[in-house]
Amino acid sequence: MIATKSARMIIHVLLLLFGIVWIYPFVWMVFSSFKTNQEFLTSGTTLIPEQWHWENYSDAWITANFSGYFINTVIFTVATVVIVIVLSSLTGYALGRIDFPGKKVIMVCVVAIMFIPKGYTIIPLFKLVSAMGLDNSLLGIIVAESSGAHVLFILMFASFFANLPKSVEEAAEIDGAGFLTVFTKVMLPLSMPIVATTAIMQFIWTWSSFLVPLVLTISKPELRTLAVGMQNFVQTYAVDFSGMAAGATISLLPVMIIFIIMQRYFIEGVAGAVKS
Amino acid sequence: MEQKRKSNLQTLKKRKTMWAYIFLAPQIIVFFIFSAYPIVMSYVYSFYEWTGIGPLSNFVGLDNYYQLLTSDRFWNSAVVSIYYIIGTTILGVGGALVLAIILNDQKLQGKGFYRAIYFLPVVTTTAIVGIIMGNIFGINGFANQLLLNVNIIDKPIPWLTDPVLAVIVLIVIGSWKGLGINMVYWLAGLQSIPNELYESAQLDGAGFWSTLRHITLPLLKPIAAVIILLSLVSGINAFDLVKTLTDGGPNFATETMDLFIYNFAFSSQLGGGQVRMGYASAAGVLLGMFTFVISMVFGAASFGKQITKFRMNKKKKGGVSA
Repeated sequence: MIATKSARMIIHVLLLLFGIVWIYPFVWMVFSSFKTNQEFLTSGTTLIPEQWHWENYSDAWITANFSGYFINTVIFTVATVVIVIVLSSLTGYALGRIDFPGKKVIMVCVVAIMFIPKGYTIIPLFKLVSAMGLDNSLLGIIVAESSGAHVLFILMFASFFANLPKSVEEAAEIDGAGFLTVFTKVMLPLSMPIVATTAIMQFIWTWSSFLVPLVLTISKPELRTLAVGMQNFVQTYAVDFSGMAAGATISLLPVMIIFIIMQRYFIEGVAGAVKS
Repeated sequence: MEQKRKSNLQTLKKRKTMWAYIFLAPQIIVFFIFSAYPIVMSYVYSFYEWTGIGPLSNFVGLDNYYQLLTSDRFWNSAVVSIYYIIGTTILGVGGALVLAIILNDQKLQGKGFYRAIYFLPVVTTTAIVGIIMGNIFGINGFANQLLLNVNIIDKPIPWLTDPVLAVIVLIVIGSWKGLGINMVYWLAGLQSIPNELYESAQLDGAGFWSTLRHITLPLLKPIAAVIILLSLVSGINAFDLVKTLTDGGPNFATETMDLFIYNFAFSSQLGGGQVRMGYASAAGVLLGMFTFVISMVFGAASFGKQITKFRMNKKKKGGVSA
């Protein structure tokens, strides 16, 4: 569309300059995490620290308990991802592959759910999880985070299974495979791209989840996730800036690395969402 | 023989129906317990004055709603939310369109690289980003030091302590955070436009701007409705960023509706004020209705289309199996 070479050159320069500004907050975060608090305050706009203070990381990891937050976040995220994949693949398979009475009603409900904001259900959810005694372990936040209807994933699985040719399961059925075998041995392996997309998207969402863990761990500091622990750290140690930067780096680096490695799945998943 | 085959098919169909319900059951059960029940209860709570402890006994009817609708603080939060929703949609969706059009250029090198860079903020934890940005835009933060160093300003700008500036900073950061996802949405829309259209436009001697005006933008209209709707709805949930960046300050100037709800429902437990779960629930119901109205207005067009598409797909499939 844009024809001339020099125009394209200018675009490259602009995209690069703007791109540096775009991700500079993260660059600033990483470099700040190696400074002392003194240097953080006095170094102005100098990016590179005079000395690399790795001990900021061991302080954050051990003293400020980011190791605990990290482990909590990993358990919380992995468990949620697994539950969401199981629930949405089962639901998507039923909706996409089988004709049964009541399907239309369920389909309409699935779409209607999309626009219910979670903001106000958090109060009853908080009460419910406490009443069920789930607030003493990570189970409470796992259940709360993974139990909503994950409409996007359900629709992705449903449309994937709906578009597989009939012959796929017919061949297996002729061989005497039952319904469950067809699903677990034939259909689910075929749907690996959808499973991967669901996994990476849900991983990033859950890793970043804030309101649910914040509210449900309000009186349980030992159950805090990274985002909640970070917020608490800043409130408690307002002047430990390099500790803040180290904690933030510990919290953000895993998702950034996973995104960079898996970005194809993630971006395709997002793009597929709006197309469907 | 024919009869038997038919009844065999019948049992097969029945078995499949049974399996369909079994497959749906886990999702439906957890949905009813952890989504439907909380939604219903949030309406129930809204008719009570309740501190969250002890039984629901103090039924007050619509009093919570009356108090909300006559509360300046509530209306202020509604206005802040509307500013945020509109601001992030204009900046985030508009900026993303410009970027997507640039990145959709077939001959541009390094598209994947740029796409990854501009998408990166999307995957980062909003609550952490709020804390980092709070530092950068602090009174002695990086932003002020940079501007002082290059002599653009001679005294620090109160980014987050001035009521108007704080709202603007909030909107800019919110837009920056969400722009990447809108860019990918737009790119998906742009890639669905057939190349032949551009080629024939070129043959007709159309330049960049007239191609954009007469081909690209009109063809993006259906997807634009979806992108704008998604951006509006996500702007309603600004909690993570507001809570960590300004916590509603200065003096409620950046208190969005979902932060307002949180403050009445939970933050009082951490000191100050009284817990009013019923009042907060009523505000939540109003926020839900607000979301619903926005979705209806902007979603009507795009969803109408989607439902007809779904029906057509179903008919096609029915034809194959018959």
